[in-house]
Amino acid sequence: MTMALRDIIRFSWSALIGYPTRTLLMLLAMAIGVAAVIMLTALGEGARRYVSNEFSALGTNLVIVFPGYSETSGLNPIAMVGTTPRDLTLDDAQALTRNRSIRRIAPINIGSVTASFQGRSREVAVIGSSAELLNIRHWQLAQGQFLPDTDLDRATPVCVIGSKIRAELFAEQTAVGQWIRLGERRFRVVGVMASEGRSIGVDVQDTIIIPVASAQQLFNSPSLFRILVEVKTRAAIESVKQFTIEILKARHQGKRDVTVITQDAVLTTFDRILATLTYAIAGIAAISLAVAGILIMNVMLVAVSQRTAEIGLLKALGAPQEQIIRLILSEAMMLSVLGAIIGLTLGELGCFAIRQAFPDLPAYAPLWAVATAMAVSLLTGFVFSLLPARQAARLDPVSALTGK
Amino acid sequence: MIELSKIHRDFLVGEQRVHALDNINLSIAAGEYISIMGPSGSGKSTLLNLIGLLDRATSGTYLLNQKDVTVLPDAQQAVTRSKTIGFVFQDFHLIPRLTAAENIALPLVLAGTAPLLREPLVSKAVREMGLSDRAHHTPDQLSGGQRQRVAIARATIMQPKILLADEPTGNLDQKSGQDVIAILEQLNRQGITVIIVTHDAHIGKRARRQLRMVDGRIESDQRRHKTGSGE
Repeated sequence: MTMALRDIIRFSWSALIGYPTRTLLMLLAMAIGVAAVIMLTALGEGARRYVSNEFSALGTNLVIVFPGYSETSGLNPIAMVGTTPRDLTLDDAQALTRNRSIRRIAPINIGSVTASFQGRSREVAVIGSSAELLNIRHWQLAQGQFLPDTDLDRATPVCVIGSKIRAELFAEQTAVGQWIRLGERRFRVVGVMASEGRSIGVDVQDTIIIPVASAQQLFNSPSLFRILVEVKTRAAIESVKQFTIEILKARHQGKRDVTVITQDAVLTTFDRILATLTYAIAGIAAISLAVAGILIMNVMLVAVSQRTAEIGLLKALGAPQEQIIRLILSEAMMLSVLGAIIGLTLGELGCFAIRQAFPDLPAYAPLWAVATAMAVSLLTGFVFSLLPARQAARLDPVSALTGK
Repeated sequence: MIELSKIHRDFLVGEQRVHALDNINLSIAAGEYISIMGPSGSGKSTLLNLIGLLDRATSGTYLLNQKDVTVLPDAQQAVTRSKTIGFVFQDFHLIPRLTAAENIALPLVLAGTAPLLREPLVSKAVREMGLSDRAHHTPDQLSGGQRQRVAIARATIMQPKILLADEPTGNLDQKSGQDVIAILEQLNRQGITVIIVTHDAHIGKRARRQLRMVDGRIESDQRRHKTGSGE
């Protein structure tokens, strides 16, 4: 005495088709709810991935050392005078290579000089570093070679130039092999950097890279700006950090005057903040799904009162109460499923549009958000149509038939 | 087949208690052809709904096929309606979005009959009602008479023992009304118990047994022993 599932679906489908305005309204509400969850979480997740990509562009398993250390936060004029940091030197950098967990290091020196070639000249940012910098920062070369892999203290007069500088100084000419003037010194161009996106802090395209010893001569200063340390494994990062602090303390007469940060720690913090943000956004969007659920309840209540006579007829034809409940529920569930599918499509299209508009932002909705949106929409559809379904089932057939 | 004894049905209208049925005692045998007549509000439809298990008595006993159905749980009531009772209404009650054939098939669908088994039953019913060229039209594309024939086909598709018709000709013109009555009488000749509620004295007189109701009571119960009245 129970209706076949196929017949239930066909009957509910005919009811949905039979009242197009109501159906479209409910589909819209459901679809907007689902699409909102998907797009908002995609934005949150995209922001998280964007930041995390930016950080990994800095290099992987990176420990960054820079001079100066303040033990207390807040400004203390006496302490500031007392802790004028010792310079971070090339010897400090060399000392670090003794640790077996360290894969490679790159000392960094920066400054700004006038670069000129055949009468064209401009101010450029100069980075002094070593051959390892290329690998640590995951940069790519467009032409030629990177800095030669020699001893750190050897001031070879070579340089690698950014693509923008190449264009401005050389225009159509070949850059590699030419001599350019940086300040008072001459350097031979050995390579051109590939034109890639900027990574945090440095625009590679607008930079000239020279050996660190050459930079020390050029800027007339032995002090380093940073030391980049690449650790072999993620697990070793913390021990390398401690090792670095200890060894530099020992080299600097027992005074801790460097700051060591791990890219990992920064990344983890950002990751946590943005993930929390994504969950919060998802929660807010889920409220719109609940609103859609309430709309479903209202519209189903109207539907039941619109179709009182039909429900009375089904009863007269021998449909028990559970059958009526099943019919109304299946109608609401079909709406939910359809609405969820439309919402999923809209949401994914929206994410696609966001990715087109902001190519840097990897706005992909995480799977858990898609699954949750679908599940919540089905659940709200079910829960909020229980009341109308029960109301329909309890209709008195005689008054229902007469449309009262 | 139908045994009603001391049936009362009260409604509350505001503060007022209205006796729609007042001590009804009625016995109907299988295969009878009965008309129920009387003024509006005399309880004709209430009696029909009660026999059809759409309504419940306030007090009294209703035996259907020797079984007490006075207070049956909803599910069993539904099964009984589905298997033994067919309804024909004044305003047809066809579902507007379904075709004639789909409307006719509805009781089978609700009872869970497989499509393969439904198909021959429905096409037979469509043929018998002379609706072959109308089977795939929706109700709004059918005339009143055709609609009522669809409704009768639907009411009889489960081969019920009892057919209850509440003013079946009320919304039809003379000619269509006569057709519908002819069909109902034909069904009665096949052994179905037919009970018609009507205002139309002409139609009411055709039944072999004629009940007349006033104020919730059966005022007269006449039998006409001539069979096969003038057709």
